[in-house]
Amino acid sequence: MEEKQQDDNVSTVGKKKETVASLEKLGQRLYDQMENGEFPWIKMPSRSIENICYHPDLRQYVLGDRSVKRSARNIRHIRPLTQLVWTAFFAHKLSKQRKTSTLRDVYYSAQAYQMSFKDQSESDNVITDLETVIGIPREDFNVFPEERSAIFGDLTIEYNVPGYEGKQMNLTSHPDGLMIGPALTYSEFVKTSADKVFAIEKGGLFTRFVEENVHKKFNALLVLTSGQAPRATRHFIHRLNKELELPTYIFTDADPWGMHIAMVIISGSANAAHLRDLTTPDAVWSGVWATDIVNYELPTDPLTEVDIKRLHELQRDPRYKGKLWQREIKTFMKIRKKAEQEAFSRYGLTYIVDEYLPAKLEETK
Amino acid sequence: MVTQIFEEISPADFFYRNRDIAGFTNPSRAIFASIRELVENSLDAAELASIPPDIYVRLIFGESGPESGIYKLRVEDNGSGITSRHIPSAFGQVLFGSKYKLKQSRGTFGLGGTMAVLYGQITTHKPAYIVSSTGSTKVYVYRIMIDIQRNKPIILERRVLLNKEQWHGTIVEFYLEGDYFRAMPKILEYLKQTALVNPYANITFVDPKGRMYKSSRVTEKMPPPPKETLPHPYGVDVETVKRLIRVTPHQKMLDFMVAHFHRVNERIAEKFLEFSGIPKTRNPKKLEPQEIVRFVQMLKRYEEFRPPSAACLSPLGKDLLRAGILKELKPEFTVVCQRKPSTYAGHPFIIETAIAYGGEIPKGGDFVLYRFANRIPLLYDEASDVAFRVIKSMNWRRYKVSQGMPIAVLVHTCSTKIPYKTVGKEFIADRPEIKREILNGIREAARRIQRFLSKREHVEKEMRRLSVFSKFLPKIAKFSTELAGRERQPEIEKLLESVNTSGRETTGR
Repeated sequence: MEEKQQDDNVSTVGKKKETVASLEKLGQRLYDQMENGEFPWIKMPSRSIENICYHPDLRQYVLGDRSVKRSARNIRHIRPLTQLVWTAFFAHKLSKQRKTSTLRDVYYSAQAYQMSFKDQSESDNVITDLETVIGIPREDFNVFPEERSAIFGDLTIEYNVPGYEGKQMNLTSHPDGLMIGPALTYSEFVKTSADKVFAIEKGGLFTRFVEENVHKKFNALLVLTSGQAPRATRHFIHRLNKELELPTYIFTDADPWGMHIAMVIISGSANAAHLRDLTTPDAVWSGVWATDIVNYELPTDPLTEVDIKRLHELQRDPRYKGKLWQREIKTFMKIRKKAEQEAFSRYGLTYIVDEYLPAKLEETK
Repeated sequence: MVTQIFEEISPADFFYRNRDIAGFTNPSRAIFASIRELVENSLDAAELASIPPDIYVRLIFGESGPESGIYKLRVEDNGSGITSRHIPSAFGQVLFGSKYKLKQSRGTFGLGGTMAVLYGQITTHKPAYIVSSTGSTKVYVYRIMIDIQRNKPIILERRVLLNKEQWHGTIVEFYLEGDYFRAMPKILEYLKQTALVNPYANITFVDPKGRMYKSSRVTEKMPPPPKETLPHPYGVDVETVKRLIRVTPHQKMLDFMVAHFHRVNERIAEKFLEFSGIPKTRNPKKLEPQEIVRFVQMLKRYEEFRPPSAACLSPLGKDLLRAGILKELKPEFTVVCQRKPSTYAGHPFIIETAIAYGGEIPKGGDFVLYRFANRIPLLYDEASDVAFRVIKSMNWRRYKVSQGMPIAVLVHTCSTKIPYKTVGKEFIADRPEIKREILNGIREAARRIQRFLSKREHVEKEMRRLSVFSKFLPKIAKFSTELAGRERQPEIEKLLESVNTSGRETTGR
């Protein structure tokens, strides 16, 4: 059993300091502009769809060279710019006080400063702007989405959050798994006996794996994505892969949507093109494939119109260029059927663990 | 065999039997119509003497109290007064009056005052009390009633008083049945609009509850009085021509035409007579009836007559119209237009239009339409009026005007003959010539109100813009000061000032 020690340079504590400094620098810059009799302005990469392109080497979406300038001189810009400065101010305060906030929280907190947002999507958008301006994901300035994903397995972590500093925790300590929330996201990894990660789309299968001791049988950490993986979870998988060098295997439903859950963990989304460290390019999609439906004679549902339309979109998507992806898309289109992970239960409750999982691991190694 | 009995009825009898057509339909309308007719007579009387009118109207309950529905109406003016021998006929004989020559005047039929007195008499059987003086040494006081069947005044009492103060004017007082409280809104609206279109008049009204409504003049200036004119060839009928022939001293058609028709000189008369094949030297008094009919037909067919002159018209003029609007509607902004004189069927007319915006004009509904004809307000049957239709037919969006804006449209039609559809003087008929002029007049005003609205919109936009800057810039300053960890906030007053003066925005991407 190999133990891996956390490298100090990329410690999460150091990262926080860097974030605080970036926010202060932004304030400094705007302050100086006004002192020089200039209308405050910022420049940031454009996140418009024309400026998002796929980077084959990074194996993720990135922003192109186009940038936008937001100036307080422009009547259409001054409001979003003010919102951005407020958000930076608020994020700075959160970071200094080592408190966290959800996206919804930010939306409501703004009202305390007479900084009204039309709706939450406007405030979410401004938060994304701030990420783009300072090049740091919002999780680093303590703004998180509502959490719903979890992790289970032999990994010991050490907390950084106020009141828990230095406290260690083994992630097998709770049989339902541990929520991947702010505290866990920025914990340090202490040690693990695991040599791989299983990312699982659905709660039912995650529970089955825990019950069947999959983590022991396969030496694996189990991550529940609960559908499309939240950014904190993608970042966490990224860290497991990067810091602990654990290979990642992804199990989803056999349909275009499941396939895309895997793809976002691997190559990221266009929405997060301005960020790095959210992707795990070496992760593999291990199932359930369209070809598995055929090979394992799984119970199926017909593909809907929407499913078919989605398949056509995916077929043209640069992230889906790989042979495996193209083959599976074609198979889906041919059989016009889909299956859920639970479909294996027709062969008995443990079949998926005893037969399918070892076979797929071998196949996608 | 049934024998039909024909009987002649007098004009007074005719109107007694048909009082609906003169607007005396019911107690509420009757009280409105009585006040209106007498006020208009008073305005005319003052203007005739070029005196800014002072009119006092008082309505009180009759001696038998409010429940009886009998009122006593008194109208006083400072007008020219009526000469003693004409007083009984002026108020005791239907179709007697000074209004049978061609010039613009408020009333048309000479019915107004007498009709009111007649209505009072038939509902209360009480005499009318008239006081008048032309400013001579004497004041005449009459109590009269009307012999309806014979259309003759009956003088009950006549007194002559000394006029030490050289007072001139007329006072009319009589009883009538009515319903003031139902008529009240219309009466007050009528007086308000009358004040609007006669800004040089003082009008005071005391109602039966003792409430006084007073509108004071804002100017002493009055529009020049209209001149009398001859009938225009396009505007005459067979009866008019027969009457002219009866009174003419001329023996030749040429002289006859030049003497009795408007804007007909010798050259035009000659050409017309040639056109119609009537010898110049023909004696008009010897024309056969069929020849007269043909003569009138040819008059209408001949295209070379010159259009009637507008000298017989007395429009209010832009300044007075504006003064009246500002006085009564207190708008934020108003535009007034006067069209050039035009004619229909031989009758000259002038259209004046105005649009007023904001101030006390109500918003949220349709536009308010004020209609005037020869300086009297038209209050009933708005939807049938030509001006109403014109407004409805226009595309107001072109003028940046939308429903719900506080807009009042005003149309004043001046003519020697207003084409009313009813004797009650409620609304103007759809004469194409008049309709076209009203349309052009409203369009002209609308174009100018559009310029005003655009300018206002621009100013408002600028204000909004400034408020955006002054709302957000201090916040940027505040939050970046805190972020930067500074004590003092940066200077932004100059930046805010620069937005204010330059008034332009960059369009950065």
